[in-house]
Amino acid sequence: MGKTLVLGLGNILLRDEGVGVRAVQRLAERFDFADDVQVLDGGTLGLDLLHYVEEADRVLIVDAVATGNPPGTLVRLIGDEVPAFLGIKISPHQMGLADLLAASRLRGRFPRELVLVGVEPEIIDTGLELSPTVAAQMDALLDRVLAELARWGVHPRARRRDAQAENRLATVGREEGR
Amino acid sequence: MHAVASVRGVEDALGIRIPDNARILRNLIAGIQYVQDHVIHFYHLHALDWVDVTGALRADPVATAQLAQSISDWPNSSADYFKAVKDKLTAFVQSGQLGPFANGYWGHPAYKLPPEANLMAVAHYLEALDWQRDVIRVHAILGSKNPHPQTYLVGGMSITLDPDSETAINADKLALIRKLFVKAKQFVDQVYIPDLLAVAPFYKEWAGLGEGLGNFLAYGEFPDAAGTLLFPSGIILNRDLSTLHPLDHTKIAEYVTHSWYRYGEGDTASKHPWDGETQPNYTGPKPPYEFLQTDGKYSWLKAPRYDDKAMEVGPLARVLVAYAAGRPEVKALVDAVLAKLGVGPEALFSTLGRTAARGIETAVVAGKLISWLDELATRMADKDFKVHNGEKWDPATWPKEAKGWGFHEAPRGALGHWVHIVDGKIANYQCVVPSTWNASPRDAKGQPGAYEAALIGTPVQDPEQPIEILRTIHSFDPCMACAVHVVDARGRELTRIRIDGSM
Repeated sequence: MGKTLVLGLGNILLRDEGVGVRAVQRLAERFDFADDVQVLDGGTLGLDLLHYVEEADRVLIVDAVATGNPPGTLVRLIGDEVPAFLGIKISPHQMGLADLLAASRLRGRFPRELVLVGVEPEIIDTGLELSPTVAAQMDALLDRVLAELARWGVHPRARRRDAQAENRLATVGREEGR
Repeated sequence: MHAVASVRGVEDALGIRIPDNARILRNLIAGIQYVQDHVIHFYHLHALDWVDVTGALRADPVATAQLAQSISDWPNSSADYFKAVKDKLTAFVQSGQLGPFANGYWGHPAYKLPPEANLMAVAHYLEALDWQRDVIRVHAILGSKNPHPQTYLVGGMSITLDPDSETAINADKLALIRKLFVKAKQFVDQVYIPDLLAVAPFYKEWAGLGEGLGNFLAYGEFPDAAGTLLFPSGIILNRDLSTLHPLDHTKIAEYVTHSWYRYGEGDTASKHPWDGETQPNYTGPKPPYEFLQTDGKYSWLKAPRYDDKAMEVGPLARVLVAYAAGRPEVKALVDAVLAKLGVGPEALFSTLGRTAARGIETAVVAGKLISWLDELATRMADKDFKVHNGEKWDPATWPKEAKGWGFHEAPRGALGHWVHIVDGKIANYQCVVPSTWNASPRDAKGQPGAYEAALIGTPVQDPEQPIEILRTIHSFDPCMACAVHVVDARGRELTRIRIDGSM
């Protein structure tokens, strides 16, 4: 089946900018994954994440996404819809996802499947807390993540005594069955 | 990088001497960081200012192989190899998904390289991606992780040296580090430096552009057993390489006249970092905005000055200070590069000089790594495993009040941490980082910082595509914007370089 990477991106010091990292942290707290699934807090590492992405067959990215929709809107981008370009930047610290994916494509090592699940941010400003709007979408975001994984045949197990996690899995299961 | 400055600050305050092994370990970690950072800066940021990626599509792989073989013994240099890279690049550009490269200045007339040099550089851009990942494993071995290795302690390091332990630094790990250092040096000597020397002659006019301040500051770095620094500390004023002034950190003071902070005693004052204040006072327009009022406050950076003068820091400052001090390792390389390019030392005061200096110091450091490792191995063979001095570990041993200065030459330039300890606690703490020096706004006297000064007089062919501005700014290796990583699904530009006609 090959390796699956769940990659949370963003800067947790800038409130909603860190929603992807918050989501994978939550995921790792609530669920156990098989050995061929890696749940990774990619933070703001940029190009340092290239090899993690290239070593996976399927990559699910969780990130804040600017689409112009109202804050809190959930977004799903597949494959080529995820921006990949080598663009102008001021500092190597700015090497972001677009450069990472462009480099991977240029090297002919682009993952077989790539999905980005994201949330439209509301507040990007110094602070550790998500905005209320985005925080309210966290469970829905995790449901989307679990649904994508289920589509790939990845079924994490809820940690024992985490009724909330079991409920989420049950919800996703029902939605899948529809 | 901040880790070493912070522990040195406290060590300075408390008068702690670290064991020699800790000194060597710090050199090894910082040294490989220089090599990795500078190569990434060159290939993955700065090269795109000089190399037209789309120009590589017109390259002849056979001619590219001839070019590569004429400048280096690097083995990946066959026509087949370059043809494969060109095919990948062609497929990538033709894939057209969301316009790859759409956000670059490709095809700009300021690009001067022949197609073959462009293709060679693209191949090395790709190779450097794997190389940089491999060589920085040294940080994982010595400091558990990268970035931000976790082994710095006040008084030394926490990584243990023990030939009989599997988890400590033992003979196997020394051998692995040695292998990675060899790999690091090979790429620098056989790829980075030859590429730099192959690209530079096409851009010689940049040896006369982007000069900036002509004042340089270096704290110095990489102490040996006698305390002598590989890159010495010092100050150069008004381009005068014949006089190296000694560094005195108490002459450093920061202004906030044009910065979004306030000082208790008024915003025209300057303060040494030991007495520094950081009280934000944003007076700028509400974003998104078009213009900043540069006669008022206009930056989140303070304006550090040395003896009331603006200074440039970074590889060029370190190389010039070492050159002025007559350090043979540096002087020989600088003279060789100048001779190869057929220019005099005055060419160093420029955008091209800054970029060349970064390569020169990378070669110097890459050449030292193995000898530092040998020094560590010899000490271990002599049964010296000490990595930490714990004499002042207990705060009860500290004076009631102490002040310290922690210096480091980060790859980007002089980094200082200042700490004031009172009753065993931090009473004040200030950092002055390299980009604060270089990107500083004006001070109370209106003196500009290095970026501002370096951009004055830069000709721009096309104001919509100011690649010339980027060349000079990138030559400083700016540290900014590692903060925001939002994906813009509309493919909209996230970075926009504006130039104001009055500049």
